[in-house]
Amino acid sequence: MAGALLLILILAPAAAALGCVGSRRARVAELLNLGAGVVSFAAAIPLTVLSADGPHRYWANYILIDMLGAWVALCAAIVYLLASIYAVGYMRLLGEDAKLWGFYALFALFALTIFACVVMNDAGLYWIAVELTTLVSTFLVAFERAAESIEAAWKYIIIVSAGISLALLGTVLFYWSGSFVLGPTYQMTWDVLREAAPKLNPQLVTLSYLLVLVGYGTKVGLAPMHTWLPDAHSESPAPISAMLSGALLNAAMLGIVRYLAVADGAGVGTLARTTLVAFGIASLLVGTLFIVRQNGVKRLMAYSSVEHMGIIALGFGFGGPLGVIGALYHMLNHSLNKSLMFFGAGNVMRSLGSKDIADLRGVWARFPVQGALWLAGAVAITGAPPFGLFLSELVILRAGLTQSFAWAVYVMLVLLIVIFVGFLNHFRVMYFEPEGQEVAAPVSAWCVAPMWLSLIPLLILGVWWPHAVWDHLMAIARMIAGAGP
Amino acid sequence: MLTAQLEPLAASLFSLMAIACLVLAFVMLGSRWLNNYLYAFAAESWIIAALSASVAYCGGYPELYLIALLTALFRGLFLPFLIWRIMRRLDVSRELHEILQPSSALVVGALGVVFALLVAYRIGDSIGLASRVAVLALTVMLSMKLIGFLMLAVRREALSQILGLLVLENGIFLGAQILIPGMPLLIEIVILFDLLIIVACFGVLVQYLVANVGSTSSRDLKRLVG
Repeated sequence: MAGALLLILILAPAAAALGCVGSRRARVAELLNLGAGVVSFAAAIPLTVLSADGPHRYWANYILIDMLGAWVALCAAIVYLLASIYAVGYMRLLGEDAKLWGFYALFALFALTIFACVVMNDAGLYWIAVELTTLVSTFLVAFERAAESIEAAWKYIIIVSAGISLALLGTVLFYWSGSFVLGPTYQMTWDVLREAAPKLNPQLVTLSYLLVLVGYGTKVGLAPMHTWLPDAHSESPAPISAMLSGALLNAAMLGIVRYLAVADGAGVGTLARTTLVAFGIASLLVGTLFIVRQNGVKRLMAYSSVEHMGIIALGFGFGGPLGVIGALYHMLNHSLNKSLMFFGAGNVMRSLGSKDIADLRGVWARFPVQGALWLAGAVAITGAPPFGLFLSELVILRAGLTQSFAWAVYVMLVLLIVIFVGFLNHFRVMYFEPEGQEVAAPVSAWCVAPMWLSLIPLLILGVWWPHAVWDHLMAIARMIAGAGP
Repeated sequence: MLTAQLEPLAASLFSLMAIACLVLAFVMLGSRWLNNYLYAFAAESWIIAALSASVAYCGGYPELYLIALLTALFRGLFLPFLIWRIMRRLDVSRELHEILQPSSALVVGALGVVFALLVAYRIGDSIGLASRVAVLALTVMLSMKLIGFLMLAVRREALSQILGLLVLENGIFLGAQILIPGMPLLIEIVILFDLLIIVACFGVLVQYLVANVGSTSSRDLKRLVG
């Protein structure tokens, strides 16, 4: 059953991509992509539930559906669905209908590669899947063909490819360290690595883990390897920004978490966690500084992604059941919330014709409904109640206090407060500075509906953390810690 | 472990090839001319292919013959050809604005090798490696990594950056042949194909750069800041 769902999850975007190439018509392509989004989302929910029955392995052990992977797949599927709804409205505004079929083909392929990352059981194949996400999404970032987009795409592919080659080196060294225990030829699945971990050489594991952390950390956007992220996120079309931020970053974080379990098993968990926490704090710090003094509205959102990936890294770095639960819940909430933020930013940018915060004025007066949605999202993304991120950040903070990372918790608290003030100050300027009060032409329903669809669950997750979800996340935390010391 | 039971002749052959690759990396680092980069890269790939073949022969890994063939074909012929085509279309023949003179870059590269050697010795000690080949392979792997990053950092031309990335990957491939010849065939083949796709993507992007930015030097990529 889980196998069938997995096939649906993978085949839906693949079929959509093929269909787009086959039809070469913008209207057909957008519907195909939307259909794929709906189908993958419909498959991801039962898949998440079924993954609790224990890990399922397919295709000679190369494919794995475990609870952790299925959770990340769920986050990705949610963003894919929202972004493909939004894209229908947004991409029509660009007036590039002739090229749109290619855009949607790549869009579906991008979703496909992200799902592929999540289900790879072999560390080598996981690396390849992550690399493929870069290659596909580069062309999505470059889609608008403005000089800025091309610059962003070039920086993206160079920085991420270079970073990820470190992860390949780390993967090779992990394989080498395993070959002392398991013989020269073996299949490097996550389970095999974790079982062998206590017998691996700790020094070699440390080196390999650090390489992998920096490598995939580049892809996650942890500071100081985050430099590609604000460019790529701000210059790509808004639906792609949402995919990059809400789906791709999580998929890369998954690799770090899986290697972290191996490092734990090899007895170098303290160092591994401390480094991850340090990267998390660095990301929060960089995010804070650039959020406070930011001019571009989408760059603001991009730096907020750096910040939130830092928080997720902190959650996994703190570890313990609370840390992992908080980080996973944060992934889900961030995926929903960041989609909402990018959609709002895309709408406002398109209507007012500028990317600069300084040029966007009187947003609320001009867009009463979606302005309110966007503002609610802004309050949510700074971690204020009653939205989901408040709960997940609270859990992560508590996790840090129960572990021995109290210093990081205090730093995180201070930075979160600064971000709250800095982020909302930009919104105050955009919403309440008087200038231009006329109501703007309404945006198409395609562009507003996904904002509702992300805000409502976000609010629900904030006021009511379902018991089943808590138990599910607790089971994932136990699964990760099962290999621990 | 392959490296534990090597005959002296094979061990010295492997060492020689690894060192030749390192020297070629320095050739790339010390030159301004894109042509030289390209030839050095192609030569490096051929040496790696030869290394795969000899590991296959000495260690008894027949599947590595296939890898050797594919390496020679893809990295030795096809990739250099692709890059040569891009180079001709762009009409750039040399690096104009390096941040670091080639001579200084060589010195920094040498420091990188020393650092790599220290790391490799430390790891080798902690594992208790009997063979020097493994330590050497690790050293070369890490130093080519560092040299590749150095090239990425001090060169501005788009083509140099692509070649810098390829040096990064070559280093890993070289080390992997010696350290883990038993790595599953599937992975190695997919990584080879992956590399081809990367270069193809770069080719397309470089054309975009020319068409939309009007330059292939990353000096001119400075619109997005802050």
